[in-house]
Amino acid sequence: MKIVVLVKSVPDTESKIKITADGSGIETQGLKFVMNPYDEYAVEEAIRIRERLKDDTTVVAVSLGPDRVEEVLRTALAMGADDAIHVGDPAFEGGDAGANARVLAEVIRPLGAHLILGGKQGIDDDAAQTIPAIAELLGIPQALILTELKIEGNKASARRRVEGGDEVVELTLPAAVTCEKGLNEPRYASLPGIMKAKKKEIRKVGLADVKLDAGQVGAAGSKSKLVRYHALPERPPVKMIPGDAAQQAKELARLLREEAKVI
Amino acid sequence: MQYTLTEEQRLIQQTAREFADTVIAPAADKHNREARFPREIVKELGRMGFLGMLVPEVYGGSAAGNFALVLALEEVNRACASTGVTMSVQSSLVTAPIVHWASEDLKKRYLPRLASGEFLGAYALSEPGSGSDAASLVTSAVRDGNEFVLNGTKNFITTGLEADVVLAMVRTDPSHKTRGISAFVIEAASKGFSVGKKEDKLGLRASSTTQLVFEDLRVPAANMLGDLGGGFKIAMHTLDGGRIGIAAQAVGIAQACLDASVKYAEEREAFGQQIGKFQAMQWKIADMAMHIEAARLLVYNAARLKDEKQPHGKEAAMAKLFASQIANQAAREAVQIHGGAGYLEDFPVERYMRDARITEIYEGTSEIQRLVIARSVLHNLK
Amino acid sequence: MSKGILVFGEIRGGALKPIAREIVTAANALSQSGGGPVSIALIGDGLDAAVNDAKSLPAGKVFVARDAQLAAYSSEGYTTALKAIIDQCGADTVLFGATAMGKDLSARAAARCEAALFTDCTGVTLSDGTLRVLRPVYSGKVIAEMEAVAPVRFVSIRPNVNPPAQAASGAEVVEVAAGVSADSIHGRVAEFAATSGGKKDLTEAEIIVSGGRSLKSGENFKILQDLADVMGAAVGASRAAVDAGYVPHAMQVGQTGKVVNPKLYVAVGISGAIQHLAGMRTSKVIVAINKDENAPIFQKADYGVVGDLFDVVPHLTEEMKKLVAS
Repeated sequence: MKIVVLVKSVPDTESKIKITADGSGIETQGLKFVMNPYDEYAVEEAIRIRERLKDDTTVVAVSLGPDRVEEVLRTALAMGADDAIHVGDPAFEGGDAGANARVLAEVIRPLGAHLILGGKQGIDDDAAQTIPAIAELLGIPQALILTELKIEGNKASARRRVEGGDEVVELTLPAAVTCEKGLNEPRYASLPGIMKAKKKEIRKVGLADVKLDAGQVGAAGSKSKLVRYHALPERPPVKMIPGDAAQQAKELARLLREEAKVI
Repeated sequence: MQYTLTEEQRLIQQTAREFADTVIAPAADKHNREARFPREIVKELGRMGFLGMLVPEVYGGSAAGNFALVLALEEVNRACASTGVTMSVQSSLVTAPIVHWASEDLKKRYLPRLASGEFLGAYALSEPGSGSDAASLVTSAVRDGNEFVLNGTKNFITTGLEADVVLAMVRTDPSHKTRGISAFVIEAASKGFSVGKKEDKLGLRASSTTQLVFEDLRVPAANMLGDLGGGFKIAMHTLDGGRIGIAAQAVGIAQACLDASVKYAEEREAFGQQIGKFQAMQWKIADMAMHIEAARLLVYNAARLKDEKQPHGKEAAMAKLFASQIANQAAREAVQIHGGAGYLEDFPVERYMRDARITEIYEGTSEIQRLVIARSVLHNLK
Repeated sequence: MSKGILVFGEIRGGALKPIAREIVTAANALSQSGGGPVSIALIGDGLDAAVNDAKSLPAGKVFVARDAQLAAYSSEGYTTALKAIIDQCGADTVLFGATAMGKDLSARAAARCEAALFTDCTGVTLSDGTLRVLRPVYSGKVIAEMEAVAPVRFVSIRPNVNPPAQAASGAEVVEVAAGVSADSIHGRVAEFAATSGGKKDLTEAEIIVSGGRSLKSGENFKILQDLADVMGAAVGASRAAVDAGYVPHAMQVGQTGKVVNPKLYVAVGISGAIQHLAGMRTSKVIVAINKDENAPIFQKADYGVVGDLFDVVPHLTEEMKKLVAS
């Protein structure tokens, strides 16, 4: 089986995200980049499937972005992926999730993947669009936010989290899925894995290698654009709720639902 | 510090850091309080390949090298110095001399299991009567056919309780001081090998420190490392490497002190503001950060020289001397920054202070380090 | 002038979900800004009850694509059906609830329809035909204001951002041929299993109710557990409550306990010492209930209730029960 895993390089969750003065971006100075945490579940699942099948299944990690994505590709290799592809080109810069999905679909199409895995969303843009868009472009079924995945021959059975419960989705391969926390416990890269990964070559793919023209990719090919970033509003001073216990409880519940919108 | 690491060095550091933060650090307090050896964690480090970093791949190691080792050691020690010393001893004081001096047969027999963590190792040089004056050791080894019979006691042995394999320096020739010492690889399961009581220490409480007693302990002659009478040289050369590991340990402890101090200075308020805004606190933290940076560079330098197979005795001694000194300073200041809270077990800084203390003593006291450095600089003493 | 706003009417158990009503409100607001007529899209099989629900909402038309193949949700089947509806309806703005189904469908369908897609939005506006949204990014640390630069735009909107639409009448029902076949669907939902909330880990809980020394005993923590059960929350405690032996250390929130980051933190009988605040200060919304109006916790809270927790909390539990039922 051929398994493709999409991995993304994102700012570390611990990072303090600062908006630039003009709101057009975030300060990247001093930012630490890591593999998108949800993608770790995807890499781990791919490797587990290969280990379970014990056949000629291969896992290839793919990442779109600037040179720094090679770090997350190297991490995927160190965890046990067989190959890695860096999809990079100045033409791809500024692409939104839709434009990037278009590029990735063309990179993945010739690989003959039976299963495409990714994390449920990137913790930078929180868009959760890439895998389903790729599934549509490749004409294959999808199942998102999986907490369980079972592969038997060319069929897959997946459990996914929805409001109020779990759904079981049944798919025929090839298919594309996204991974949720709890799907598995991602392994640490082992030192032998790291040393082996060092020797692997990361294949580089650019605009010339995909059947798209410059107007379909990057900022030019994006259907959405960022107007600006806004900082979260300052916490206003405490709102003291008057009345007796019953009145206070009622008003508090109302505020929490209608104003704070947390329940 | 933006020291440029190679890709695999960066990955090794990142992996060690993640494991230290998510697995080692949360358990460190408990292991320290209960004086309990972190066996599962050490086994996991073995499975991940962190105990075989100085072992060639053909013997089951990852051959990652000394620089990668200090990167990993700093991270592990930042979380738990007891786990860190176990890892350091295993790599630098046990696997490294076996790689360097053992016969092919000995290497095949012990290295794979030491690299994987199946076997834990200890290094036995000190005795009740000899610490700094290592060459005065008296544990004897008398030849009998194709075996040696060992008698004597070793003192202050790290991982003494858990070790499966011990590298011991013993006296094969009473008539020569340094050239009468030989090194042997001993299996703890041997008849005549026993472990003394576990010492109750000020710090590094999750690491066991014990006496080892040899009573007519028979060791095959084939288990000798290097040549007869070559044991002192092996011991000293091995300590040069171990020193770098302890220096990395000290940097790790100091970094933990800095991290805790920054966190507290940003959280604690007094006189109407975060205490981190007061100059006195800022100067303490600035000095801590600077000392750590300097110590780290000394460690990196010594490690690099060793990887390049260059002489590194002076640099290793400098790194260990300086790093252990600043680690103790950093720990004292970290407690001070925490005020009364720093004196409580609830906060980690009191453990850092207790753990840091030994770094100025073991694997060569600070006084010995100064002698090593001086001898390397003063060439023309008559 | 925009051509129309289509609301994906999400259905569960045969009935229109509450979220769909919220999205209809959003659609009508956009319509007022020149978005064009509002329609509702219903996809599935059976659907009579859902059609009745939809007809009683403020919309011009209710487009219905029925097919036995659509009885169970499938991304491919529903995408095909939705496109058929969009083609017939002519809308250029399509709205979804940012639910599991909404996000699954909108992402695939946006690719099918070559539309701009904005997920999980907290605000949508239309101005001179330009659609703009607000959506949280970087795990909610920043709000992104984004704009569509394509003629067709899909938006999924967070629950609880809009009030449910008021009842109305007069919507016309239009049947649409879904155009799906069995061999065009390669993955579908096979079953749904409802789950009750399990015991949540404090560090992962979205809502936490925490108690301090004022609870006076371990047994009294039950009143917090009752509130937590209704709200689907986890229960935490201050160090004082743990040291007094009321609850185990695993429940301690604070500098020497756990650091939590829920969307709602209710501090009951907790004074708000810095050591406790260090463990929960990044909570999105903080509620403090305390007898002492000078308790430091009120300075860090969003909502404060000065009162006896033994009176307030049970009342609050009742109020929460009512809210959950609605």
